[in-house]
Amino acid sequence: MKNLNDLKDLKEYEKNESTKKTTKTKKRVKIVNSAELVFPSNSVNESLSRSFVSSFLMQLNPTVEDISDIKCAVSEAVTNSIVHAYSGVIGKIRIKAFITDERVVTIDIIDKGCGIGDVKEAMTPLFTTNTDGERSGMGFTVMETFTDKIKVYSAPGRGTRVRLVKKISE
Amino acid sequence: MPTNDFLKIEKKGDAVIFTVLGDIDHHRAKKIKQLIDSEIFICQPNTVCINLGEVDFMDSSGLGLILGRYRISTELGIAFKLIEPNPRVMKILKLAGCEKILDIVGKEAAN
Repeated sequence: MKNLNDLKDLKEYEKNESTKKTTKTKKRVKIVNSAELVFPSNSVNESLSRSFVSSFLMQLNPTVEDISDIKCAVSEAVTNSIVHAYSGVIGKIRIKAFITDERVVTIDIIDKGCGIGDVKEAMTPLFTTNTDGERSGMGFTVMETFTDKIKVYSAPGRGTRVRLVKKISE
Repeated sequence: MPTNDFLKIEKKGDAVIFTVLGDIDHHRAKKIKQLIDSEIFICQPNTVCINLGEVDFMDSSGLGLILGRYRISTELGIAFKLIEPNPRVMKILKLAGCEKILDIVGKEAAN
C-alpha cells in the first residue's frame, strides 16, 4: 500500500515537473530573426561587420543613436579579434545576430584566436597590451557603455566569444 | 590642396586643418595617422586642427588617433584644436574625458 502511494507521489511529482518544464519553455523569449556573417580577419572587413549589423537591425526601425551605439560596440569587438586574437595571422571571425520578439538584440562575435588569459584585467578601462600609446585601451569600456549587457567567454588557445545584448527602443 | 579618400588638408595662415573624410576605425585610422603626422613634421604649423564634421562614425581607434596627435602637437609646442564632432562622436570623446583636455570648437571658430 505504501509502495503504491509512493508511486502515486512519484507520478504526481513527474506531472508537476513536466508542467514546470512547459511553463519554462513558454516563458522563453522567441527569436524572430537571425543572421550570420563569417569573414577573414583583414582589417578592411571592420566596415563590413558594421554594415552587416546595421543593415540587419534596420527591420526594427532603430534610432540613429541605438544603431550608432551597436555599430561602435561591434566595431570594438571585431577590432579586438583582428588586432589581438589573430595578431600576425589571418583567421575566421564569425558574427551571429539575433532579434527577439521583445526588441532585444543579441550579437555574438566569435574568433578562434589566442584567447584571453585574464578577462577581468582585459576589461579594465585603459588596459592595453600595446605600448606605443596609439591604442586607447577603451575597447571593452566602449562595449560596456554602449550596450545593456556584455559577456566574454575566453580561454588561452581556445578563442573568444563576446556576447553583446541591447534593447532597441521603440 | 592634397585630398584623398581619407583626408582633406588645408592651410590657413599658420594653421593646418585636417578634415577627416568618412569613418574612423582601426583600419582607416592607421593611414590617417601617417598622413597627419608626415604633414605636421613637414609643415611645422602653429596650430593643428582636426575637423571631424565629416565623420559619421568613430570607435575607440579614433581616440588613439586624436589623443596621439594631441600628444605629438603638445610635444612640438603646437596648438591643437578639434572641430565640430557630431553628438555620436562626442559621446566616445566624453567617455575618455577628452572634452576636459582638448580644445573642441565649432566650425565658425576655426575660420
